[in-house]
Amino acid sequence: MTSALEITNLRKSFGQTEIIRGVDLSVRKGERHAVIGPNGAGKSTLYNLITGRFAQTAGTVQLHGQDLRGKAPFQINRLGLSRSFQITNIFPNMSVFENIRCALLWTRGYKYSFWTLVSRKQDLTDAADEILAQINLTSRRDLPAGVLSYAEQRALEIGITIAGGADVIMLDEPTAGMSHSETDYIVELIRQVTENKTLMMVEHDMGVVFGLADRISVLVYGEIIATGTPEEVRGNPRVQEAYLGTAMEDH
Amino acid sequence: MTQTSQISASRQAPGLSLGVVMPWLLSAAALVLLPMVFTANSAITVMNQMAITIIFALAYNMLLGQGGMLSFGHAVYMGVGGFACMHIMNMSDFFAALPLPVLPIFGGLVGMGLAIVVGSFSTRSSGTVFAMISLGVGELIAACSIIIVVFFGGEEGISGDRTYGLPFFGIEFLRQIEVYYLTAFWLMLSALLMFLFSRTPIGRIANAVRDNPERAEFLGYSQRWVRFHSFVASGFFAGVAGALFAINYEILTEENLNLATSGEILLVTFLGGVGFFFGPIIGAIVFTLLRTVLGLETELWALYVGLLFLVTVMYFPGGLAGLLMMHSPAVKMKRLRSLVVPYAKVLVPGAFAIIGAACLIEMVFHLRHAPPGDHQMTLFWISFDSHTILPWTVSAVLLIGGGWLAKRFAPEMANSYHAATSLDGGGA
Repeated sequence: MTSALEITNLRKSFGQTEIIRGVDLSVRKGERHAVIGPNGAGKSTLYNLITGRFAQTAGTVQLHGQDLRGKAPFQINRLGLSRSFQITNIFPNMSVFENIRCALLWTRGYKYSFWTLVSRKQDLTDAADEILAQINLTSRRDLPAGVLSYAEQRALEIGITIAGGADVIMLDEPTAGMSHSETDYIVELIRQVTENKTLMMVEHDMGVVFGLADRISVLVYGEIIATGTPEEVRGNPRVQEAYLGTAMEDH
Repeated sequence: MTQTSQISASRQAPGLSLGVVMPWLLSAAALVLLPMVFTANSAITVMNQMAITIIFALAYNMLLGQGGMLSFGHAVYMGVGGFACMHIMNMSDFFAALPLPVLPIFGGLVGMGLAIVVGSFSTRSSGTVFAMISLGVGELIAACSIIIVVFFGGEEGISGDRTYGLPFFGIEFLRQIEVYYLTAFWLMLSALLMFLFSRTPIGRIANAVRDNPERAEFLGYSQRWVRFHSFVASGFFAGVAGALFAINYEILTEENLNLATSGEILLVTFLGGVGFFFGPIIGAIVFTLLRTVLGLETELWALYVGLLFLVTVMYFPGGLAGLLMMHSPAVKMKRLRSLVVPYAKVLVPGAFAIIGAACLIEMVFHLRHAPPGDHQMTLFWISFDSHTILPWTVSAVLLIGGGWLAKRFAPEMANSYHAATSLDGGGA
């Protein structure tokens, strides 16, 4: 089976401290892969390494077989990888519709164009409206994104992340700070929008992970201690010991 | 503050609606009619100056408002564009074959060329680094004006004669009014192009990079290239403004390049409001009027402009345009009339307080700087002896009384503002 993301012996040190200590991870094409782990395990650092926000100390990250070392975030994005952020990262002053439309511009080929007027491009408007319908924000279309509720902003963030049409989607704790009903809503949304795409997500909420992921990797102190289906991970004694403990039994 | 403008932009239907075209038609009509109302030569000079400042401020706002780049040295793009046009005017053979109205294109191209060179390294980062590079480059080129005498003409600058150009349908631009219409034409064209630029993919992404550069990178855009494009476009229009300056004044000096000019355009733009496209236009109009009208009345005009700027930055960060747009909900709900009385209750005493304060400042200035023995001064068409107690008492009473009344009615004004602009009529 081909992998969308192939991470080999990835390491990252900040000064003397090694945060990521040799991660090997392969995310298969079309699967939903979750990375879980306790606070401080290095999940977000791993994310930032993959998406080019930080430079790795050693090891390789390959996207569809292409080495990402030294590539800037925008170059990685153009290779077909899109990410969301743990802290909501939208364009708060723009309307909800503008947010999505901006996310569409590059992949729709408008690039650095200064000779087309965006409002005259029906394909952009239609595509943006389609995504708004997908993330159920049509009724909020013309509001400034900054005034949306937290859950709506998270939904918008997912919309921005998928709008570019990237086939590898990386979500960083998409349900962080949400109520139960909001979480259910977002999980359902993620399930829909990542249909036929490769999803990699970092998550804290066990319910989300076990309901959504095809495979799970457990990251503890910068190392992957187990990878497998939810059942395999659930049954793994090392995982239980290191991380899940009693939290497992709730689910 | 930026919200309203962007939302209204996204709502636009693909076709041209009346609401979009109307402001442009009205502006064009106003530009055509203004010199028929204000026929004096001095008025036309002021309007020309205004038009040039508007173009420059709009170009500057492509960086500051649209792109989030704070430049401290933008005068050089206008200045160098202007100097280049001055040289073209002095190339007698070439200029004799060139109609004057075409000249701003050359100014724009030179400004753009300089922006390409400088932007190639200055747009690498935004924020403080960008601001510092712009400051450094600004200083560098201003210093060059004394060193590279061939191009900048040293201390006397470069002068020329616009009338040597190829007559344009028989017009030789000898008269001020002819120059006015040339300037007005370029003002309309530049403003329209800059407005349209903000509606293109690169213009929209410039906003995105301003708000959240990292997110924009993850949408496939290099923030550096986005800034570079805005920077180059801004350089072009600054160069156009420089060319119009050259045509109007027929002389450029070091003053057109230095930091004072760069700082002034920042002040103009911010005063007008960076969050709206028309903000810099208001800023340029108000500033030019203050400088010319107030400058005729008092030597201290810069002090008052400075104070106005300070008040704007501290209390109305959206600038004058932001202040106007704060009232758009009241206009839409037709509640503007309910604001007249509460506003008057604050603004009229407030105006008296400001007059009182200004009188005190002017009298202190007179006391300190008038020649010995000169006790007579005139303020607001009243002559008096600045060494008697009465004018001081009147001014102090105006300041304190007006200030007290304004402060007293301020909460009422705030309440009626909220009542007029909130959906439920202020019940909450």
